[in-house]
Amino acid sequence: MIYEPSVLAVVVFFGFVGVTLGLSFWLGGKAKSSAGYFAAHGQIPWFVNGVAFAGDYLSAASFLGICGMIAFYGYDGFLYSIGYLAGWIVALFIVAEPMKRLGKFTFADALNTRFDSPGIQVVAGISTLVVSIFYLIPQMVGAGALVTPLLGFDHWVGVVIVGATVILIVVTAGMVSTTWVQFLKGSLLVFFSAILTIMLLYRGFTVDDGGKDGHAFRTWGPFEQSQLVDNSTLNQNGSWTIVEQSPAWKETDFLRIKEEASGAITVWHRVEKEDGLYLVEAQSITDAADGRTLINGLPKGKGEGEAVLHPVGYLSELPDGEKSTEGVGPLEFFSTLQKSKVILWPKQIVRDGDEVTTVYYQKETDGSQVLRPGEHPRFKGIRSDNLIDKLNFLSLMLALFCGTASLPHILIRYYTVKDEVAARKSTIVGIASIGFFYVLSLYIGLGAMTSGALDVTNSNMAAPLLARSIAEWLFAAISAIAFTTVLGTVSGLILASAGAVTHDLVGRFVSTPLTDSAQVRLAKLSSVGVGVIAIVLGIVFEKMNVSYLVGWAFSVAASANLPSLVMLLFWKRTTKEGVITALMVGMISSLGWILLSEDTYTQVYGLSAQEALVPFSQPGIVTIPLGFLTLILVSLITQPKAKVEK
Amino acid sequence: MLSTHNGRIAMTLFVIYLIFYSGFMLINIFTPQWMEWTPLAGVNLAIWYGFGLIGLAIFLAFLYGSLCRPASSTSVDNGKEGQA
Repeated sequence: MIYEPSVLAVVVFFGFVGVTLGLSFWLGGKAKSSAGYFAAHGQIPWFVNGVAFAGDYLSAASFLGICGMIAFYGYDGFLYSIGYLAGWIVALFIVAEPMKRLGKFTFADALNTRFDSPGIQVVAGISTLVVSIFYLIPQMVGAGALVTPLLGFDHWVGVVIVGATVILIVVTAGMVSTTWVQFLKGSLLVFFSAILTIMLLYRGFTVDDGGKDGHAFRTWGPFEQSQLVDNSTLNQNGSWTIVEQSPAWKETDFLRIKEEASGAITVWHRVEKEDGLYLVEAQSITDAADGRTLINGLPKGKGEGEAVLHPVGYLSELPDGEKSTEGVGPLEFFSTLQKSKVILWPKQIVRDGDEVTTVYYQKETDGSQVLRPGEHPRFKGIRSDNLIDKLNFLSLMLALFCGTASLPHILIRYYTVKDEVAARKSTIVGIASIGFFYVLSLYIGLGAMTSGALDVTNSNMAAPLLARSIAEWLFAAISAIAFTTVLGTVSGLILASAGAVTHDLVGRFVSTPLTDSAQVRLAKLSSVGVGVIAIVLGIVFEKMNVSYLVGWAFSVAASANLPSLVMLLFWKRTTKEGVITALMVGMISSLGWILLSEDTYTQVYGLSAQEALVPFSQPGIVTIPLGFLTLILVSLITQPKAKVEK
Repeated sequence: MLSTHNGRIAMTLFVIYLIFYSGFMLINIFTPQWMEWTPLAGVNLAIWYGFGLIGLAIFLAFLYGSLCRPASSTSVDNGKEGQA
């Protein structure tokens, strides 16, 4: 699709950037000491911190990734919402208060409080950096993915704008400005998501045969098989000829048909029904051997003789043969969809010599199927008879459950409030805000699925495009919030990384302790350094799937950090050697597993799935218990002598 | 942690949530067809259970907040109790 840049969205976005930067410079005076820079002097009110938790946590992956996944596949995206929120239970009941009690500036502080070991500090600092950078990549990629369609800039420009803004926010006032940006973003995100949900419920459902651009997708038939052979002519509102199919196309269910009037070759899906064969119009993007890109057989563009992909996302059938509904209630929304039929748009890639065509074709799907788990390729294992496939799902849900309370950028928020009671209260506010948003995510995703505005090539745009299908001002607001979603989360990640570099790594290696002002200077320099790395990675990893990368960060965090944090609280015989080894084993094993998994082989290396060396992609179910086991074994082996003799 | 009033409440509520969360995962793994059942208002179990888990998390969080005693103490021997 070609997007029209929205002037209103640009104005709102730059308005928000101006406000946040103004706020940061104004608050700069409060962050001159290390306690101010890293922990806002522990003076953030608990309610503000709670909403800031939501601002920190509800990243681009949550807002754009989950809504997009639901819009394209249905309920499966909501599994992430459930898992992400469940992780906060671990944070509230196990981690929140001890974190506040034990630590000062960084996650490593809390782990090291009993031992004062340089080893723990350094390894936990490295773990913080690894997890934060894994988390940073998808946020920056998300920034670029948004800016291209919304502002009309290149991907790298979006990444640089967001990166530079975040660096300024973090450098000027550290945790103080970061907190207020996250508070603002968290409030706006939840509020406007609620508005969007109310408006889509009010709009109800409509049966359609195309998207918002008015193009009605055609279905021709029934045909006999003998009518659908190479070079046959079809008279359907003009003359059409079936193109001679090469072997690559013959292996598919698609036919390429040339419209004699325009010369355009379009792709059609051959569907067998009881009364014969039907041809259902598909959409295609062809990267031709001569370097041209063709959309539905024509050069990309909006001029004469050019084409763009049509927006999609509509119902083909409502219950009782109705053509539209009035506004629907929150439960009626699901019960109506349950009995409807929706058109989904799966894709298939056809490689014909040097020419690569991506075909998006219509798949009429029962609403009941869209509202159950197991439709997305990642979750298909649920319905498999193979136990290994089911383990992949279990492993992901375990990583989401355990990962939240191990994310360094979330954990450092506990240092910004005055005491344990405030830490607890702010977590409760965080859970309420985040939980409410995740309920809305299902409505927004399914609303986008039936909005007539979906871009088949870009699931990340589902929520903003849904907003555009309702009102231009809502699109401007949601798009601007999507940008600020990235700003809020990236600020937290850069701050966590800068804390790890300054406090855990450099601070441990210098011969004389750094003065307070030197620590702040170093933290600011580190913030710039990490910010620049984030910008570079955001550009390099442009093509990576956003939610997929966040899953990595959760798995590594849960495997490396959680075992040590939990065992330190529950097992008095934990030793520093146990903590160091568990951190390293958890981090290396989860990273190693990910790098050897099917997902990475296919999506990163471009190799075949069969070559992957581990049986399923999600490491959590193996590497989280491995972290615990390592800590227990090493701690038992390295018990202090006095205790052993006793 | 288990030796304090607040710690015991936290662990009890954690276990309650864990049971429901595990139930969700086990149904999906062993009898995924149950998720398609529509027990109430034409809405299937997958959605009821998903919303239920989110609602339960929020409810348990507020319950914990109301049951906790103002000052927490800990059994972890860290020597930094009450550090701000």
